[in-house]
Amino acid sequence: MSVTPLLEARGIDKRFGPVQVLKDVDFAVTPGEVTALVGDNGAGKSTLVKCISGIYPIDAGEFQFDGQPVTIHGPRDAAGLGIEVVYQDLALCDNLDIVQNMFLGREKRSGLVLDEPTMEQMAAETLAGLSVRTVKSLRQHVASLSGGQRQTVAIAKAVLWNSKLVILDEPTAALGVAQTAQVLELVRRLADKGLAVVLISHNMNDVFAVSDRIAALYLGQMVAQVKTTDVTHAQVVELITAGRSGDLGLPTEKIDSGVEYADTLTTPGAEQ
Amino acid sequence: MTTTAHHIEPVAVAPKPTVGSHVRDYLGRVRGGDLGALPAVLGLIVLCVFFAIMRPVFFSAGNFANLFTQGAAITIIAMGLIFVLLLGEIDLSAGFASGVCAAVLAQLMAEQGSPWYVAMLAAIATGVVIGLVLGFLVAKVGIPSFVVTLAGFLAFQGTVLLLIKGGTNVSIRDDVILAIANKNIVPWLGWILTVIGVAGYAVVVLLSRRRRVARGLVTEPFAVAIGRIAALAVILGIAVFVLNQERSRNVVVVSLKGVPIVVPIIAALLIIWTFVLRRTAYGRHVYAVGGNREAARRAGINVDRIRISVFVICSGMAAIGGIVAASRANSVDANTGGSNVLLYAVGAAVIGGTSLFGGKGRVLDALLGGAVIAVIDNGMGLMGLSSGQKFVFTGVVLLLAAGVDALSRRRAAATGTR
Repeated sequence: MSVTPLLEARGIDKRFGPVQVLKDVDFAVTPGEVTALVGDNGAGKSTLVKCISGIYPIDAGEFQFDGQPVTIHGPRDAAGLGIEVVYQDLALCDNLDIVQNMFLGREKRSGLVLDEPTMEQMAAETLAGLSVRTVKSLRQHVASLSGGQRQTVAIAKAVLWNSKLVILDEPTAALGVAQTAQVLELVRRLADKGLAVVLISHNMNDVFAVSDRIAALYLGQMVAQVKTTDVTHAQVVELITAGRSGDLGLPTEKIDSGVEYADTLTTPGAEQ
Repeated sequence: MTTTAHHIEPVAVAPKPTVGSHVRDYLGRVRGGDLGALPAVLGLIVLCVFFAIMRPVFFSAGNFANLFTQGAAITIIAMGLIFVLLLGEIDLSAGFASGVCAAVLAQLMAEQGSPWYVAMLAAIATGVVIGLVLGFLVAKVGIPSFVVTLAGFLAFQGTVLLLIKGGTNVSIRDDVILAIANKNIVPWLGWILTVIGVAGYAVVVLLSRRRRVARGLVTEPFAVAIGRIAALAVILGIAVFVLNQERSRNVVVVSLKGVPIVVPIIAALLIIWTFVLRRTAYGRHVYAVGGNREAARRAGINVDRIRISVFVICSGMAAIGGIVAASRANSVDANTGGSNVLLYAVGAAVIGGTSLFGGKGRVLDALLGGAVIAVIDNGMGLMGLSSGQKFVFTGVVLLLAAGVDALSRRRAAATGTR
């Protein structure tokens, strides 16, 4: 790796009661690149994202951001660092309009009063900067938007804050073909603007279409972080389903011994 | 990429709205299930016409003034309830909470001889504490608001009885408190307040419009802005003119004219809470929590604090409603804030257009719905209907309003506007 990673996670452990969801996970993302985070259901993708964004506290491990060690105690800490997450379920309020949603929780004010003109202008500029032309009015309720438009608003919300790292959780899962293309185009544009982008996806076509790097999780372990151009579809699928593929992934004996819940129950290093 | 084919219109070049497009937008919203104030306003007109035909005295200046004093307490309680309803919660205890606060007020003045302002502050403080307790139980302990406030409904009913020592009737003799619901402001002051109100509204509308134009944002047409201001001026003007007429049956004995003192109180509360809800970050967060609690949480909003705060506002407003009710009745008894007060207040909010499902509502709804309730109550009284008939009819109207809410919501879901 020539560029220093923007965010580097080292040895992340996370357990929910007796279930260890993340085990000693290392993960690095580089600015200007789309890093695809892949893995089967329950592999720990969403949990890892929620740890990075401060929604879940981690049990062990450390984060480095821009080369500095950081602790993330909540969504506000993550936002303060410039980490924004676009969740699978979008996290938009249907009863608010586009501008209100984009500034939710971080409203611009002049004194006590909300500064609506400034917010509307910033929202318009952000959408224009992303070449988004699919919304008719910034003052329409989010409920009246299509799936692709909602996703666009959610992504625009994430980049509004000069964020450095944008994490997208299955942004195309509920979209049609044309809308998927639109959103992927937008994802690529984010990385081209110099942001670090993490794309969680189940769809191998999406992953190979936009990502520069692929990180594969298997049962809570990071089994490989490789360049997209160095692997094939089949290899990635193998990594997702079996945890290894040829030279990549976990060593054979480790899988055979069954690195699963029974084993992880006794894993030390979760005292925190 | 061929995706440009799906792009519709650039944000910056959105068509400039005209009066025509504004009207079309509104009709489109109504058809799409976003009825807003329409049912309440239509209902109000129909009811007024009906009662005016049945009992011509309904349209007298005296009766018009009665409507305000009759509906005041319920409207004020409903304003507070709207905050709770916006979160999709309910406060069934608001009625008796107002009773408890009124009892605190009456007892402090009757037994301790406290001055009116001390008693009033104590009553409002009581409301705030009640709200804190209810909100804590709902937000932190996690008991559904329906159950918490149903328990409050019972417990506060008992508290009123305890405070006034059983069935006694604590009368209120303080002139200031009595004036709230029984006295009027002098006619010229009514006009001055009207002018200030309309001018203030005009300044707010035109200034915010100018700021938007200066930044090149889409603005409503100038004619619509002027129309709003003119409409407010006409409505306020007519109301003040009618209220300034002599209402006394025997002018020699006592002159009775001017705007009832509760009216500017309600107007002030309406302006304050509308400002809080529409123009502050707090108000925005209330809507957000009501629309999608998880989204609000992820946006870094302290959801628990918002949930507790709405109960505080609701019970605090109930306290003010209780003071007005005590003033109007000249006393506090076991029934203050009881019987139909709560249902009327919830009914006022829902009839006005506030959704029981959360996320949708305005403080103005309380005023519109409160007017409908007051007109029904007043009109049926004039027609000499029995309490039984009144209850049944009001129940039907409440059900009708909730039905309109549910159906418009379904329609909105079908057309994708909500």
